[in-house]
Amino acid sequence: MSINATLIGQMITFTLLVWFTMKYIWPPLIEALEERRKKIAEGLAAAEQGQEQMALAEKRALIVLKEAKEQSSVIVSLAQKRANEVIEQSKDNAKKEGDRMIDAAKSQIEQELQQTKEGLRQEVATLALSAAEQILKKEINKAEHKTLIAKVASQLG
Amino acid sequence: MATEAHAAEGATGYIVHHLTPFSVGEGFWTLHLDTLFFSAVLGSLFIWFFKTVAEKVTADEPNLMQNFAEMIIEFVDQQVKDTFHGESKLIAPLALTIFCWVFLWNAMDLLPVDLMPGIASMMGVDYMRVVPSTDLNGTFALSFSVFFLIIFYNLKIKGVLSFSKEILFHPFNTVFLIPFNILLNLVEYIAKPVSLALRLFGNLYAGELIFILIALMPWYIQPLLGFPWAVFHILIITLQAFIFMVLTIVYLSMAHEDH
Repeated sequence: MSINATLIGQMITFTLLVWFTMKYIWPPLIEALEERRKKIAEGLAAAEQGQEQMALAEKRALIVLKEAKEQSSVIVSLAQKRANEVIEQSKDNAKKEGDRMIDAAKSQIEQELQQTKEGLRQEVATLALSAAEQILKKEINKAEHKTLIAKVASQLG
Repeated sequence: MATEAHAAEGATGYIVHHLTPFSVGEGFWTLHLDTLFFSAVLGSLFIWFFKTVAEKVTADEPNLMQNFAEMIIEFVDQQVKDTFHGESKLIAPLALTIFCWVFLWNAMDLLPVDLMPGIASMMGVDYMRVVPSTDLNGTFALSFSVFFLIIFYNLKIKGVLSFSKEILFHPFNTVFLIPFNILLNLVEYIAKPVSLALRLFGNLYAGELIFILIALMPWYIQPLLGFPWAVFHILIITLQAFIFMVLTIVYLSMAHEDH
């Protein structure tokens, strides 16, 4: 039970164990632990960043969506406006065309009327003249009343 | 239960037989071969386990062995970080070695008290004491090593002058009390290794003694006493290894601190 040389032997063993642990065991293990800690920290940071980016992307998507909606409504209103314009224009065109056609018809009618009137006038004059000629064949001098009859005929026009 | 050779001496003979080391040599140059052998085997076991892990250590998913090693490493590292705030390449591996080695020493206590001596006697060795921490040489070897490290770091960190000044003028900072200070510090410094070694030795020696006493009981009582004591001893084993480690860290961190 006394202290003896075993102590020295044990101290040598202990020193060797500590030396070996210090040199070959502790550093690689603690390094691996540190590396894993770093990896986990990086992973967590990356996850957080990813989440942030996702939130950002969502926000951006919302903005884009809103813009698109606005743009589409602008486009729709523009298109409506344009359609209205086209309709107005075609209405206008149609009206003009119609007016033009009416005018043409009117002038044609007028012309035909004039022609008819002229024809009638001529015919009436001829008729009147022949009627008067028959009536007055005996009584009046053809040459004497010719001017008078022409005057009447012109009044008929 | 006693072996044939000591049957005649009764219970006392049985106890003495179990607590006598297998030794060679005379006087101071006696060597306790059992202590040397088992602590070397256990130290090799510790080295083998951690070396195996360290060789294929990975920062990715660890295997079962690495996981276990990491658990111990992290536990020790946490203890060192909590207590010691300097930079040292030695303290953490030292603490790990002490913790594991002492734990394995103490764990030998859980082997049946007659198992190893029985095997040894079959091989012609009459005495066999398997728990190295029941040998004062084992525990003092650790605590003296720690003591040398305390002195070494005191001198290295504080310098010879500052360390001497601390011994002379601490705790009472007057010239008149220098002898008293020296005495106080001497006691303080010597108490550290002595208490470290004796605490571990006392706990394990007493534990082993009780196991031996239980082994002397009739066979039908042995499990009733042996089982609870073994369960309780699991705690003692770990606790004593832990205390030795923590106190080593504390002493060494005190050596690193300048007053």
